[in-house]
Amino acid sequence: MTTVLIDYDSGNLHSAEKAFQRMAAETGAGPVIVTSDPDLVARADRVVLPGDGAFPACRRGLRGFDGLEEALIDAVEARAVPFLGICVGMQMLASWGREYEDVEGFGWIPGEVVRIEPSDPSLKVPHMGWNDLVIDRPHPVLDGLQTGDHAYFVHSYAMRVDDPDTLLAHADYGGPVTAIVGKDTVVGTQFHPEKSQRAGLNLIANFLSWRP
Amino acid sequence: MLKTRIIPCLDVADGRVVKGVNFVDLIDAGDPVEQAQAYDAAGADELCFLDIHATHENRGTMYDLATRTAEHCFMPLTIGGGVRTVEDVRNLLLAGADKVSFNSAAVADPDVVARAADKFGSQCIVCAIDAKTVAPGKWEIFTHGGRKPTGIDAVEFAKTIVAKGAGEILLTSMDRDGTKQGFNIPLTRAIADAVPVPVIASGGVGTLDHLVEGVTEGHASAVLAASIFHFGTYTIAEAKAHMAAAGIPMRLT
Repeated sequence: MTTVLIDYDSGNLHSAEKAFQRMAAETGAGPVIVTSDPDLVARADRVVLPGDGAFPACRRGLRGFDGLEEALIDAVEARAVPFLGICVGMQMLASWGREYEDVEGFGWIPGEVVRIEPSDPSLKVPHMGWNDLVIDRPHPVLDGLQTGDHAYFVHSYAMRVDDPDTLLAHADYGGPVTAIVGKDTVVGTQFHPEKSQRAGLNLIANFLSWRP
Repeated sequence: MLKTRIIPCLDVADGRVVKGVNFVDLIDAGDPVEQAQAYDAAGADELCFLDIHATHENRGTMYDLATRTAEHCFMPLTIGGGVRTVEDVRNLLLAGADKVSFNSAAVADPDVVARAADKFGSQCIVCAIDAKTVAPGKWEIFTHGGRKPTGIDAVEFAKTIVAKGAGEILLTSMDRDGTKQGFNIPLTRAIADAVPVPVIASGGVGTLDHLVEGVTEGHASAVLAASIFHFGTYTIAEAKAHMAAAGIPMRLT
């Protein structure tokens, strides 16, 4: 069982790599590889897509590696392997990103990514720091997590899902902010599980042993 | 609800912590990674390493520290000190930092912040502002560890640098730093109210009430302190409990 973390020159993968490797060792999930090689993605048993920065830049970055996006789409749509998107990697699951310009996402979780506009104007954007999760729907990846657990967020845009059944958890920041989404073999977290201490490591371990 | 962050800051030179630290059970009290782990276990919300020499020759030591810290601490890490170019940011992010802080270089060339934010996103670009009171209600930026006046108004600069793409301001009052008299509240509030991004208050913390004031009166989103934690005057847990008792939302672990 090989887990691939896709490296497309978007931000810091080191901590994600270490967190996944540590939890893979604890759960017996097999090797964790950081790669931009489409052949390795094509053979992976699990795929993780991280992402930092702006939606359009991430989308372009992914397309900058020949065959990588095709391998990723094939893994999810044809091979149905468990897939986890993190931060902008999660936002790209949506149908559309509205950051700077309208950019199409993968559309695996129907919805769009729009700027956070807290109802309280004194709330700062980016939404940065530890916020507590409200679990909306049970999911194997959330085993052991509960409402009130803290996760580390840092983002200015958030996903709005079309189908409420795909919203697994949210946080409150002058209104609900989508925190975890899921549909079929795909899950995504807006927060950084690799930076979220216990709750984050717990979620990573669950993902590594998830058999949808 | 979003919680107010407590951020211990470690001054590092040549890969070693400069100010002494009074944690018990440390095998090597000068090793930043071991101290980072202690703060991780103690419930700190983020960590900050400040490379106080930051010569070109010792950069590799900081990369190594970032890498080792990221292997052991699954929490956010900010690194500052001597960051001058987009390439510096890239190297620190690749080594394991989550956020990188510009200081003097951003004053000399605010566009470097824009270039870094364009490339890596505002969420990982911090701008450190060191300001001194020059007249009542008037603060000026000082660079090079507070030695060099610039004639630049701190509030105006904060607005400019956020417009360039800084995602967070780390604000240090040079008047208060090291005095234990508390944050410079008027300065903190002037900047926190002037910019849409989070402001971290720094400089002058001596008591737990100072932390509370930074948030309730200074409108800071996070508080940074060094000596009160390093010397064991207070634990992170005591600080959080005190702030929570004052009605500030805290992550209590």
